[in-house]
Amino acid sequence: MSIVFQKPESLTEKTTIFCPGCSHGIIHRLVGEALDELELRETAVGVAPVGCAVLLYEYFRTDIVEAPHGRAPALATGIKRVRPDLTVFSYQGDGDLASIGMGEIMHAANRGEMITVIFVNNANYGMTGGQMAPTTLPGQRTTTTPTGRDCAAHGSPFRMAEIMGALEPVVYSARVSAATPAKIMKAKRAIKKAFQNQKDKKGFSFVEVLSTCPTNWGMTPLDAVQFVEKDMEAYYPLGVFKDADGGDK
Amino acid sequence: MIFESVMAGFGGQGILSAGMMLAHIASHKGLNVTWFPSYGAEQRGGTANCTVVISDLEIGSPIVTAPAYGLIMNMPSFNKFQPRFRKGAKAVLDTTLVDPSAVTRTDVEFYGLSAGDIARDLGNVKVANMVMIGGLLAVSGLFTLDEAVIELPNALSKKHHDLIPLNEQALSKGFSEIKKIN
Amino acid sequence: MSKKVLMKGNEAIAEASIRAGLAGYFGYPITPQNEFTSYMSYHMPAKGRAFVQAESEVAAINMVYGAAATGCRVMTSSSSPGIALMQEAISYMCGAEVPAVIVNIMRGGPGLGNIGPSQGDYNQATRGGGNGDYKMIVYAPSTVQEAVDLTYNAFDVADKYKIPVFILGDGALGQMAEPVLLPEEKPEMKGDQGWGLSGAKGRDPRAVMSLRLAEGELRKHNWDLVSKFEKITEAETKYELTDTDYDVLIAAFGTSARVAKTAIRQLKEQGIKAALFRPITICPFPYAALAEAAKKAKKVLVAEMNTGQMLFDVKVAVEGAVPVEFMGCPGGESFSPEEITAKIKEMQG
Repeated sequence: MSIVFQKPESLTEKTTIFCPGCSHGIIHRLVGEALDELELRETAVGVAPVGCAVLLYEYFRTDIVEAPHGRAPALATGIKRVRPDLTVFSYQGDGDLASIGMGEIMHAANRGEMITVIFVNNANYGMTGGQMAPTTLPGQRTTTTPTGRDCAAHGSPFRMAEIMGALEPVVYSARVSAATPAKIMKAKRAIKKAFQNQKDKKGFSFVEVLSTCPTNWGMTPLDAVQFVEKDMEAYYPLGVFKDADGGDK
Repeated sequence: MIFESVMAGFGGQGILSAGMMLAHIASHKGLNVTWFPSYGAEQRGGTANCTVVISDLEIGSPIVTAPAYGLIMNMPSFNKFQPRFRKGAKAVLDTTLVDPSAVTRTDVEFYGLSAGDIARDLGNVKVANMVMIGGLLAVSGLFTLDEAVIELPNALSKKHHDLIPLNEQALSKGFSEIKKIN
Repeated sequence: MSKKVLMKGNEAIAEASIRAGLAGYFGYPITPQNEFTSYMSYHMPAKGRAFVQAESEVAAINMVYGAAATGCRVMTSSSSPGIALMQEAISYMCGAEVPAVIVNIMRGGPGLGNIGPSQGDYNQATRGGGNGDYKMIVYAPSTVQEAVDLTYNAFDVADKYKIPVFILGDGALGQMAEPVLLPEEKPEMKGDQGWGLSGAKGRDPRAVMSLRLAEGELRKHNWDLVSKFEKITEAETKYELTDTDYDVLIAAFGTSARVAKTAIRQLKEQGIKAALFRPITICPFPYAALAEAAKKAKKVLVAEMNTGQMLFDVKVAVEGAVPVEFMGCPGGESFSPEEITAKIKEMQG
């Protein structure tokens, strides 16, 4: 009898406590598969954010350190600089990476730190109950933008994959979506590439994953998937914004 | 024995290096020494000063409020420190920039050296600080000229080692040409 | 001939750290500790070790946290406003129990204050400037040599107890040059020490974190931290008492203590018997030793370059056994030995 499907070795047997329809579980799995396929589990150190992914150490069968809010790229820098032999990745949400941690991500990227950053963009603060994030769409309602995000008052959403791609030392920046199976397969390839780059000592790699948050969006999981495809992908175009290997644009 | 001194002048005159020179000699001789500079914004164009304390005993305060010895290389520093010297203190003034007629304390011994002119005659105005150190050694009897000369390679950074003979001349000129003012 | 070398405090502490086997330094410029970062920027890469000039003190301390989580020997240095910015991560490090050495070359505050030598961060260092229940070991060196010796040893102490250790100096200590005897050079300390993050090869994964969600888990953890600090208090508390026969006891730390030593010499010449009680660890504070020493005095004078911070600990130790008086010098300035002498004469009435 042959095994056709099983959990990646890089993930634990624990069942996640993410909400029904949330993309975090899928993205965890994609990272786990990438680590497995590249045989990086035994050298991997993950840096957990503050936010819904704070329990990274429950779900990954790798070493994990938990960062203060937004500081994951600084911790990752410290780890990689003293232990360049380790595979270091941060896994961060939009509030963590693009709001409180904007300074740390910009400078880690601009130093070309040899790390992999997985950025989960679900357009709101999930764990604290659905407040406006720096990536909340114009007009989108959250608990702190009850009449919808007014860009004149709150500024415009950051397109992080484009921003990262514009920095000289970044070797790879892509935006993918966790909305449909086909897109998830593409997301997997981007995440794997981002780890392959680290394995090949190429430099800083960044993958933004557009993700659902049905609970805080007040939607069914199916409606949430549609919101990602119709609304988020319209503001946040999918694609590769930088690939030092000259890969597909 | 305790030697508590202040060195002061403009930034760029080599005040801090002059203090370091004394500190190196003291350290080399196994004495305790503290060198404490004014630091920060003051180093940019304003006055620079440092205190040097040398003793064969444990040194308490590195901060000197009433110095027993002084090395003064400009007028603002002279105005600042003249009132602070303790009774019986000895101070060397660079008379190229400090007007000896401004001396009012009669309970402090002031000595003069036109260190700037001497240094210029030697061919490099930057060694004025070493001329002054030569004078201070003569006045204080703290160290001999030879003890200072053998310390030059440690006190000067490697890139300035070609200037060791010039610095030696400066020390010796200062040592021999020092004159009492009051 | 002496084997001592003449070094500025900042550079001497940096060199002692490298000799202690430092694997990584992460810092951000701030006066009066700038020579520290500059020294590291040259000497760490020259040895093939990690040096990063971070984009902020916040980033610097988080780089330290990440690197410390691997078990490698790492540090940062800063001055008062920069240390204030680091408090968040320091709280995390204490919660997560990772070792590191943090040097604070204090300047005048509050706010931007000035760059003069100050002791205004005593409370911040000894009470924990971050959130939650935690304490750190805080050394307050008084001379450049002592700063070198304490720093060299601080890395071992940090590793032994898995706790951040502070070196609390001030601008005078950082900027001053004194002859120092440097310790022997140890090899770079890069191992995971049996607990650090080094990749889960042939073992269970490890997590370094301060998050403790299970019911009762954080409560137990906080009490465990208290037990650990009791052991530290017992084994690591350090102080200096300069005499056995005195009428006045001066309690002072760091640069203030040096100034007090000169004052004590001046007082002796005038027939007044004074001694210095100098906490070398201001946390754990030597309460018991001070209580004992204070009993022999008629009066205690606390002298600090702040408006009265250690004063509280001295009063707790003395417990009203003898009167405790205070003289302070805040604002990035230091008092002179003469001022202390005058104060003690005034106290003697």
